[in-house]
Formats: sequence, C-alpha cells, structure tokens
Amino acid sequence: MTRKQKRLSVIVAGLAFLGAATGLTFYALGQKASYFYMPADLTAASVQPGQRIRLGGLVEKGTIQRGQGATVAFSVTDTQKSVKVMYTGILPDLFREQQGVITEGSFGPDGVFVADSVLAKHDESYMPKEVADGLKAKGVWQESKSE
Amino acid sequence: MVETGHFALVLSFALALVQTLVPLFGARTGNPRMMAVGGPVAVTGFALTAFSFAALATAYASSDFSVASVWENSHSLQPLIYKITGTWGNHEGSMLLWVLILTFFGALVAVFGGNLPATLRANVLAVQGAIGATFFLFILTTSNPFARLNPAPIEGRDLNPILQDLGLAVHPPLLYLGYVGFSICFSFSVAALIEGRIDASWARWVRPWTLVAWMFLTGGIAMGSYWAYYELGWGGFWFWDPVENASFMPWLAGTALLHSAIVMEKRSALKIWTLLLAILTFSLSLLGTFLVRSGVLTSVHAFATDPTRGVFILCILTLFIGGSLALFALRSSRLTAGGLFHPISREGALVLNNLFLTTATATVLVGTLYPLALEAVTGDKISVGAPFFDLTFGPLMLPLLAIVPFGPLLAWKRGDVFAAAQRLMAAFALALAAVLVTALFVDGASVFAALGVGLAVWLVCGALTDLAVKSGAGSVAPAIMLRRFAGLPRSVFGTALAHLGLGLTLLGIVGTLSFGAEKILSMRAGETIELSGHTLRFEGLYPAQGPNYSEDRGRFALLGADGSTISEITSAKRFYPVRQMTTTESGIKTIGFSQLYLSLGDEATDGSVVVRLWWKPLVTLIWGGGLVMMAGAAMSLMDRRLRVGAPSRRRKPTGAVPSAGLP
Repeated sequence: MTRKQKRLSVIVAGLAFLGAATGLTFYALGQKASYFYMPADLTAASVQPGQRIRLGGLVEKGTIQRGQGATVAFSVTDTQKSVKVMYTGILPDLFREQQGVITEGSFGPDGVFVADSVLAKHDESYMPKEVADGLKAKGVWQESKSE
Repeated sequence: MVETGHFALVLSFALALVQTLVPLFGARTGNPRMMAVGGPVAVTGFALTAFSFAALATAYASSDFSVASVWENSHSLQPLIYKITGTWGNHEGSMLLWVLILTFFGALVAVFGGNLPATLRANVLAVQGAIGATFFLFILTTSNPFARLNPAPIEGRDLNPILQDLGLAVHPPLLYLGYVGFSICFSFSVAALIEGRIDASWARWVRPWTLVAWMFLTGGIAMGSYWAYYELGWGGFWFWDPVENASFMPWLAGTALLHSAIVMEKRSALKIWTLLLAILTFSLSLLGTFLVRSGVLTSVHAFATDPTRGVFILCILTLFIGGSLALFALRSSRLTAGGLFHPISREGALVLNNLFLTTATATVLVGTLYPLALEAVTGDKISVGAPFFDLTFGPLMLPLLAIVPFGPLLAWKRGDVFAAAQRLMAAFALALAAVLVTALFVDGASVFAALGVGLAVWLVCGALTDLAVKSGAGSVAPAIMLRRFAGLPRSVFGTALAHLGLGLTLLGIVGTLSFGAEKILSMRAGETIELSGHTLRFEGLYPAQGPNYSEDRGRFALLGADGSTISEITSAKRFYPVRQMTTTESGIKTIGFSQLYLSLGDEATDGSVVVRLWWKPLVTLIWGGGLVMMAGAAMSLMDRRLRVGAPSRRRKPTGAVPSAGLP
C-alpha cells in the first residue's frame, strides 16, 4: 500500500465513522431529547400523551397529597396555570411547597402528568435554572428571591 | 498569613509571566542562559503557589471568618477534616487547587526534564507558564480566595452538607491531577509545533505524562461516580450529567492519546495525529473547567454564578484552543509524515481504536453542548440524558470493546487476524459459555444482558490470553513459562490490567443495570421488606446528634434464613441547621461484589416511613474496574523505558556495589 492509499483509507474510514455518528446523533436528538415546559406553555406546545418532557415550576401550596405507600400527588404551577403530577418514590430532600422543582415523565391519557423523577434544588439559594428563567419571563420572579 | 498568601499568589503570577517570556525568547534566539531560567522559576512558582494554598487551608482549618471564602463555606462546628477539605469545596479554593497542580506539573518537568533537549524544555515550560499566568490572572481578578470581610462575622455559613464527605476530600484533587496533567501533553505539543520538529523520542517523553494524567483522571472519575452513588441517595452511578461528561470527554480523548502515542513511539507513525490529540485532550479539559466553573450549568459543582468568571474562562479557552489549533494549522505541514503500515497490524488496530474513541468523544461533546447551543439560539430548553447516550455512545463503544482483545495480539507492521483469533478461541469459548449460562440460568436475563456479560468475560479473558500467549503458554514447559511471565515487560502487564479493568467495569454496569431490583415501601417499625432473597426488618427511627447536624437514623436488621439478625444497615435523614438543609445518608451493605442499598424517605403523619431499597448486583466492580485500570497505568509507568524522564538513565552505570561488608 502506498502512502497515498493508506492515507486515503484512513480518511475514508474516518469519514465513515463520522457519518455513522452524525446519523445516530441526529436520530437520537430527534427522538430522545426531552423538552422543558412550564404549565402555561403546554397548551401552545401541544404535547402528546406519552411524549417524554420535563415539566417545571413551583410546587403549589396545599396540593401535596400522600397517597397509598410511596405515591405522592402535587400540582406544579407557574402562577398562571397548574398541572397535577403523580410520582411514586422518594421525594428529594428539599421538596417543599412553593419550591422550584423539575419533574420528568409524560402525560397519561387522563391529563395527569406521571413523573418518574423529581428534582428539587440542592440548597437554599439554588432554584433550577430553567424554572427561574421561565418565571422571570412570566414576570413573577424577582431577582432578590434568589438571595 | 492570609495577606502573605495573597501576596505569594501575586508573585506566582509574576513568575508565571517570566516563565513564559524569558525561556520562549531564549529558545528563539538560542540563548542558553535565558532558556535555563524556566526551570528554577517553575520550581519557585510551585513553591509560592503551594504556600498560598497552605495559607488558605490554614485560614479554613482555623475558621478565620474574616476571609469571605471561609465565611461562605465553613462553620466552626464542622469536623476538622471537613474544614480542611472545604478549602477546595468552593469555587475560589478549587481554582487555587487547579493552579497548584498546574505549577506542580511544571515543577516536575523542570526537575525531571534535565535530559530533554534544552529548547524543547524551555518551550514546554514557557507554554506551561502561559497557561498558569492566565489562570493566576483569572483567580486574582475574578475569584480572589483571600478577599477579606470587615467587620468579620462571628460564625460561618457552613459547607454545603452534601460536600461534607470524605469522597470530596479525594475526588477533586484526583480529578484535577488528571485534568491538569494533560496540560503537560499540551505544552509538549505546542512546544513541538513552535520548534517545528517532532520525533519518536518526543512520544517517549510525552507518554509517561499521559499515563500519569490518565491514571489520576480514571481515579477521579471513579471516585466522583462512587461519591454520587452513595451521597446523593439515588443509587445511580452515572447520570450523563454535563458535569460528568466534562470529565469523561478528556478521559476518552486521553485514552485515544495513550494508544496513538504507542504507535508514534514504536513505529514513528501517526505523529501529527498524536500531536493533535494531545492538544484536543487538554482543550477538552479546559472546556470541562469552563462548563463547571462558569455557571452555565447549574449543578452541585456550580458553587456560584458570576457572569464575569464565565466570560473570562471563555477567553482563556479561546486563546489556548484557538491559538494551539492555529499553530497546528500553520506548522503541522512542516512536521515529517510518519512511516507506513499495513491496515491489519497492531498499528492498524490502534488507529481503529482512535477512530472509535474520538468519534465517541464527539458524540458526548454534542450531547453536552447541543442543549446549551439550542437554548442560546432558539430559547428552547431540552435535556439530553441517558436515552440519547445509550443510542449514540453505546453503539460506538460496543464494537470497540469487542475488538479490544485482538489489538495486543496482533504483530507490528503486519498482523495475522486468524492467528490472533485462534489464540483467542479459549477466551471466546468462555465468553460464549457466559452468555449461555446467563441466558439460561439467571432469572429475568434479557438477550442484551447475556451478551453484555459475555462481552465483559470476553474482555477479561482476552486480557489474560494476551499475558498467557506472551509468556509462551502451550509451546514451552510450565517452568519456562513462569520465568517468561515474570520477565514480561511491565507495560505488557499494564495493557492487560487496563483491559481487564475495563471488562470488570463493564461487568459491574451490566450486572447492576440488568439484574438489579428495587422496591419502594411505606414501613412501620417491626415490618419487614424482602428483595432478591434478602430480608430486612425495620427497627425504627432513632434520633442522634452530630457535630453540626441532627439526624433521624433508620435502623434495619438484615435477617438470615432462620430469622436471626446477621448485620445492621443504617440510613439517616440529616438536618443541617445552618443551611437549613436536609440530606439523606444512604445505608449500604456490601455482600460479595454486590450491594444492598437503602435510602430513607420522609416520615408520614401516621409514623410510617417511605423506604427505598435496591439490590445492586456486582455494583462494586464498576469502581473496582477503575482501580484495576489505574493499577495498569501504574504498572506501565514502572516500565523502565517509560519511567518519567528516564530515557538516558540506562546509559549511566548502575552504581557501584557497596563492598564494605564483604571480606
């Protein structure tokens, strides 16, 4: 094999790899990335039942209900609309009323959001970034809240 | 002490500038005295940075709350060990640790690089100094750890409770030793580009540094993964979190570099590629530093969000990545191209390894940066998690893992796949047996799980086959084989151990993901929970008091077949009053290589407690494999050819035998 052929074969192999990886990446980004929504965005976005999304907002006051065993129901609100969320499992340590949370899961046919993971803030000065941005955009967030 | 520390830091910055300019100028003009300046300056710079770091650590240890950083991240009631580790449990301190390690590596080059060509050494130290100077400037202008508060507060605000853990004491230093260790490879590459000269001996100098950095990075990632596993209480070992990816990308690229440097050293091929990889690896380390430190990501690691810091690091990133790549574009054509080789050969296998690893790195990079880019462009917020990486990273890694055992068995220049395959027959048979046994005899095993176990066994047996073949198994008498085995070069053991470790990690991942079980139950004292053949009885909640927290300990008894208590597992809900924060301390019981993992939830009004119990088969192998990989790297480092800075030592006499005691 001459130098030119060798180089060509390496380049062809490299391009084949890149092509395969690009294809996979695009497919995966289309299929597997989950979008973030706040409750008020949902009507405009037309999210299908079963489609995986992340839903963020504040835990609405007085809506936390502990059901059978480890199942919990609560509402996530952005102060304009709220969505009922069902979750089975252990809630994060800092899950409280009127705290920012991000839940991940999908809507059931009955319109209840079934979450398989719930993320809350890590410490008292942290609000999930998406939730903070979303609330700011809706004008219900004051910068001083974060301090 | 604090002001002296600050002053030492300013001096280090000045020295880093000297270390950049004087040797660089000396190397250009061929002035040996100016070139020689780099060494002593690098050592002094390290000493000053170490002093500065010690000053900060002292302020932390003695709870000097007049220092803003101490006030924000420490408390007088914290145990001493967490006061000290808190030094790097915050943005300012961790950046100081970053430069401390950077100057440490610079000093190592100065001390052990005596046999490097003078101009190369000068240029390497100059580049190292330049990286140092920018980061010193970053610390001094945007993240001064020594800033004072007046009046001094009486009490501090406590370290983030989830960072009050021994894992934190070890994880950042190890990770940084890895991250920053790659700066040496970067500096060598840029120095080679400045000189416009590169040869096989360059690879011989760079390889030990790559090995050292890779070894620590492996340890850092494994430690971080284990910390997240037991401390966050979710029982996951890898979340594909951008911050984790930030450390994983340099690891993947560094692994590719490790392999391509072998080709360059042995066969003087792939020179330009190796050089580019070295630049890319450290660029990914810098990118990682940017992602973690700039606050573009919110996570445990983003201690504070200050836009000026992000912009500053972005500038550093642009300067070094852009600068080195521009230099590469301008100069790489000057470097002589490498030798020829047949595609079916050890070199060919290593090239294939590099193709897989770099493409995999690219998919991780896309998965990490795409959400950021999309949000910046369209405002859409997406999250890219495990499903994305399963679909992109997974298909790239699986074929790579399948061909790993072939590589070391192929000869240089022209290999014979069939001969290698013949030698691997035993390993293949064992792997096949593992697949069949798993599929037929393990309950609930899917086809993928069985194949995963088979692949792991294939990797482990392949590594052992390599050792057996190289010590002449089957062709020589056992005694000779044993002697040959003992006489194998350390780097052969290194390769085998690293590949074996990879197999163990894979086995751990497959075991945990495929055969694990979990149960969530609301329990009262006296009730039992049963999972995968293990029975636990909840003994009740017991309040306890720690130095700076109070906790409710849930005690669980692990019951034997006859109902007697074999051992106890404790999981706790801790409350840290200073930060008003609750953390969960998971309860873990290791049984063989597997673990029972227990996490306590909230107490309900009726006195019952939500308990989440996992059975994690073979989970410890995930990190155990990492340790074996580290051992492999250490073994390779002990190879006399590769001992740091050793190339010329062989020529020295081996030292006179002391004869005083002999007649």
